[in-house]
Amino acid sequence: MVCAMSAPLGVPGSPRSLPLILARELASNLATPMFLMDPGGMLVFYNDAASTLLGKPFAELGEIPSGDFGAALQLANLNGDTLRRRDSPSGRAFFERKPAHMPLMVTTYDGVRREFEVTAYPLFGATGEMHGVVTVFWEGTNEEPGD
Amino acid sequence: MRARVWGCRGSVAAPGPDTVKYGGNTSCVEVRLESGHALVLDAGTGMRPLGVQMQQDLPVELHVLLTHLHMDHLQGLGFFKPLFAPGLEIHIWGPSSPIQHLGERIATYLSPPLFPVRLEDVPSHITFHDAPEEPMTIGSATIRAAKVTHQGPTVGYRIEENGRTLVYLPDHEPSLGGDLATVPAEWMSGHDIAREADVLLHDGQYRDREYGEHIGWGHSSIGDAMEFANKADVDKLVLFHHDPYHTDDELEELLVEAQDKWPGMEDRVCLASEGMTIVLEEDGVTFTT
Repeated sequence: MVCAMSAPLGVPGSPRSLPLILARELASNLATPMFLMDPGGMLVFYNDAASTLLGKPFAELGEIPSGDFGAALQLANLNGDTLRRRDSPSGRAFFERKPAHMPLMVTTYDGVRREFEVTAYPLFGATGEMHGVVTVFWEGTNEEPGD
Repeated sequence: MRARVWGCRGSVAAPGPDTVKYGGNTSCVEVRLESGHALVLDAGTGMRPLGVQMQQDLPVELHVLLTHLHMDHLQGLGFFKPLFAPGLEIHIWGPSSPIQHLGERIATYLSPPLFPVRLEDVPSHITFHDAPEEPMTIGSATIRAAKVTHQGPTVGYRIEENGRTLVYLPDHEPSLGGDLATVPAEWMSGHDIAREADVLLHDGQYRDREYGEHIGWGHSSIGDAMEFANKADVDKLVLFHHDPYHTDDELEELLVEAQDKWPGMEDRVCLASEGMTIVLEEDGVTFTT
């Protein structure tokens, strides 16, 4: 028996694994902003609730490479210090392969800075393989105009 | 390759005068490769008569590819005569689990009090494997599995040989992953293994009007099966996993409903039946019932 290489990951239009497919459908049916990252670090989906943060629906923006996502959504800690992408909950879930949670100030597309509790967790398959990261934004009560 | 259907009934065996034409045995398909290797897709009750025939001319190496471990896909294993052939090399493939080895899960059924013989006591030599989600070669075929939407861990299989592709997705509810009419193809459960197949054996358990009462049970309406086949650009759809309550007459009504959805291409869809043989060769695909 011989094994060959698998399909590419992190490429727009590449096949999605079942855990990601089911996560996407779950996100589609929730009113809580939810983002999905694939194993290659590409933002491959966000739901309608998340489009209120980005200002545009996923159908319009489409998939976003991880390097470009910082421009779409700016994150800061509660002191207002800008957060590096890899220090964000989704970055930690992706790079450290473990769940992460923290309160964040998020500057949305309209320049308004809002407080969110952000939870991110990796999706592991039956044999421990990683299928991606789910990130959920739970809106807090604080909001202030951006700079 | 040559595929023969030994069982295409879903959920539970349904023998009797109303199911004679399409058969009452549950899922089991034999695939013979050009290299002489034998594959058996699922171990439903159709595996019993297959074993009787296979016992006459045992393959050197036998691969049983299980989509999942529901009883209608496993019950025939204990009655498969080659299982009791001393020394026969049998490889059993199935969906992986993070908590229990495939052999242990199968032994839950093949052990007392559910079965008189323990799996570890059969005289053939069995090796268990996680279903290959990377392409793998067995004899002259390349085989790949993918997890798909059903109840519990379930895979489908893609088998390629000499430029022809047979795909086996007997238990599949792709609409759980989104509206098939609008979801992008790459986000559709099973699409990656089904795309551009010459022949797709796919779950078609429910008529469209029956599906509403069975959402989440893990099976497809014929409308969804056909939408799936269309989006996957499949050449021929074989409706499989017939509902145990559907008589031969009702299955034929179901087929007419299906054919009405593809006017001018009616022969692109058919019903699986016990004894159906599908030969996939470089110069074409032929069906015999």
